[in-house]
Amino acid sequence: MTLVSAALSDLRLHVVTGKGGVGKTTVASALALALAQSGKRVLLVEVEGRQGISQTFDVPPLGIDERLLVNSGDGELWGLAVDAKAALLEYLQIFYKLGRAGNALEKVGAIDFATTIAPGVRDVLLIGKVYEAVGRTDGPRRGQGACVWDAVVLDAPPTGRVGRFLGVNAEVAGIARMGPIKNQADSITRLLQSTNTAVHLVSLLEEMPVQETIDAVTELRSARFGLGLCVVNLVRDPLLDERDTDLLAQTADLEASIKADLDSVGVRATGPMVRGLLSQGRDHADRILLQDEMATELAETGLPLIPLPALVDGVEEGGISVLAEILAEVLDTPLASAP
Amino acid sequence: MSTSPHLDLDALIADRGIGVVVCCGAGGVGKTTTAAALGLRAAEAGRRVVVLTIDPARRLAQALGLTELDNTPRPVAGLTSGATGSLDAMMLDMKRTFDEVVEAHADPEKAAQILANPFYQAVSSSFAGTQEYMAMEKLGQLRAQAERDGTWDLIVVDTPPSRSALDFLDAPKRLGSFLDGRFIRLLAAPAKAGGRAYLKVFSVGVDLAARTLSKVLGGQMLTDVQTFVAALDTMFGGFRERADVTYALLKEESTAFLVVASPERDALREAAYFVERLAAESMPLAGLIVNRLTTVSATTLSAARALAAAEQLEEHESGASVTAALTGDLLRLHEDLAATANRQRAHVSRFEAAHPRVPSTTVPARATDVHDLAGLRAVGAALGRATA
Ligand SMILES: Nc1ncnc2c1ncn2[C@@H]1O[C@H](COP(=O)(O)OP(=O)(O)O)[C@@H](O)[C@H]1O
Ligand SMILES: Nc1ncnc2c1ncn2[C@@H]1O[C@H](COP(=O)(O)OP(=O)(O)O)[C@@H](O)[C@H]1O
Ligand SMILES: [Mg+2]
Ligand SMILES: [Mg+2]
Repeated sequence: MTLVSAALSDLRLHVVTGKGGVGKTTVASALALALAQSGKRVLLVEVEGRQGISQTFDVPPLGIDERLLVNSGDGELWGLAVDAKAALLEYLQIFYKLGRAGNALEKVGAIDFATTIAPGVRDVLLIGKVYEAVGRTDGPRRGQGACVWDAVVLDAPPTGRVGRFLGVNAEVAGIARMGPIKNQADSITRLLQSTNTAVHLVSLLEEMPVQETIDAVTELRSARFGLGLCVVNLVRDPLLDERDTDLLAQTADLEASIKADLDSVGVRATGPMVRGLLSQGRDHADRILLQDEMATELAETGLPLIPLPALVDGVEEGGISVLAEILAEVLDTPLASAP
Repeated sequence: MSTSPHLDLDALIADRGIGVVVCCGAGGVGKTTTAAALGLRAAEAGRRVVVLTIDPARRLAQALGLTELDNTPRPVAGLTSGATGSLDAMMLDMKRTFDEVVEAHADPEKAAQILANPFYQAVSSSFAGTQEYMAMEKLGQLRAQAERDGTWDLIVVDTPPSRSALDFLDAPKRLGSFLDGRFIRLLAAPAKAGGRAYLKVFSVGVDLAARTLSKVLGGQMLTDVQTFVAALDTMFGGFRERADVTYALLKEESTAFLVVASPERDALREAAYFVERLAAESMPLAGLIVNRLTTVSATTLSAARALAAAEQLEEHESGASVTAALTGDLLRLHEDLAATANRQRAHVSRFEAAHPRVPSTTVPARATDVHDLAGLRAVGAALGRATA
């Protein structure tokens, strides 16, 4: 199923990925905030142990329990930093009723071992917690009662690792051919490939992030995950229009004419000043051209491109709300990604 | 503006006492670009250089001739005709480097066994830290080769694209301690006679742990781990010791660390952590490179004056010249650039005030990406600037 035809606001699980440093945590946070402000109960989850959510919302580091971050009238935004070790202990508790034996495992370093180095185990545990949160209900058993979370937003690993991270089935294939882990991996995969889930990609208008985004789109599509938005972060509005750039490229006697313009408003323009302004203009025109090329390449993925501005003061001081407001505008547009 | 000493990189690359230059910093700041640019400049100034890149952008890789990914340095074509030195470049293949270590230390039959081990395959291709570890491993190999056949007299190393610059120092040790970790040792112990006594102390706990883990992970996996660890042990001493040896190399006086940062708050904060950490570990820091600094060309025009003039021009639209709109936009662009430049300078000044003894230099942001030798040469020229 490569087609996500629901609107963004109908999805139960949003997975946010992108090249390292492009703004995954920021975009995941802004999206979660936008959903909460539209009246939903939203859980924002991070899995990389970086305490990115606590930094973004300027709250103390998150523990292994969900914490209320923002209460916005009808909606609520909660945060959770999933820890693989805690998840494994919890998992062993549920499926093997280990009791105090869990401590023994911890003591000999077996938990460390399993969550750090055993191939795939860590990812299955982390994404297992996300799966659990998406399906959690307030009834006596899973599936009974109403869903506890209207939407879960996952601040996922970077593009280079996200395919493996989401491909839990392949990851556990080598270690568990049956039993609870295998069953859980199957259920997780069903959720990830369903129309309830979309993977959003965050990119920049620069060569390497664009290339990684395009590669990830191909990989995720062939693994049959539904794709959502391509959020283009740190976009700067061009300060020159097409007419300006045409003039910069063509007019021969620009220097004299610009000097006259400057003189007319009382700026005593020197040769170096005029040439400086012109070279700044030409550099800017080159940058715009490059950005346009990058945007065209991103557009070829068929994903809707959502530009977010570069905030001068960073994401602190209410910057996240500014980005959330922009994302709120696209919550109701239907998503239909080309296969 | 600058209160701290100027980082003189031409002096650094001219110093024959320097044999290794390591470029580190947060993700995306320009480590790979800086490493390549410095390598090119040093080669054109007469050094025999090898650049170990980790993740060059595709077009940059092509420009460096890194099309054949065989994990060995290849000559870079296109140096200026007057160049007296030489430049080789390679791109790290971490799995292959790991394989080579195994092949170099085990007889062919045993090596084949290890390479086929699923646990080995997972660790060598996906464990967080393997890339950092193998970058160090490769650096060690290049140094040995340079000393043996005198091929190179300068090695410039790029570092992996981790989010945090500190990962580079910490990740190899992390991998080392896991491979040397208690549980792995205990699992491997039955395979070795000497492990028996050790095992007794923990036997109840370990048995339980091993049984539970085989239930969860499958028994085969534990067997794979046991075989893997036992095999590695006979090949060379512990992983941790190996990492320690490479790190000792980095502390030598012939090494120079360059910390690269963009002129933004977070990147400079990261650079500050790294600078402090290098000092704490007595690793030789040469200085800070602030890359992609916004600069203005029309230096004599202030931001405020430009904005006022733009507004005035827009008011007189009626009798305006053909270029009036363009001039107005150029003035607004100037105002924007000047404001950005001021903001960035404030971030850099804050760093310098906190670290007054760390030499630093800047590289202006270029209009487009750096993806050919001409671009690298321009970045190199900015790096080599004798004064701030
Ligand atoms: N639109 C934006 N404007 C200004 N700063 C931003 C923006 N998006 C991200 N940042 C900053 O860029 C840095 C990297 O963003 P982050 O979300 O942590 O990236 P990632 O999670 O992909 O590593 C952070 O310091 C963040 O505050
Ligand atoms: N001074 C500069 N001006 C313009 N672009 C630059 C400059 N330095 C680096 N870049 C570009 O920034 C991107 C990231 O640089 P790179 O060296 O790959 O960073 P890192 O290795 O730290 O991740 C590349 O596309 C590169 O061309
Ligand atoms: Mg993040
Ligand atoms: Mg790099």
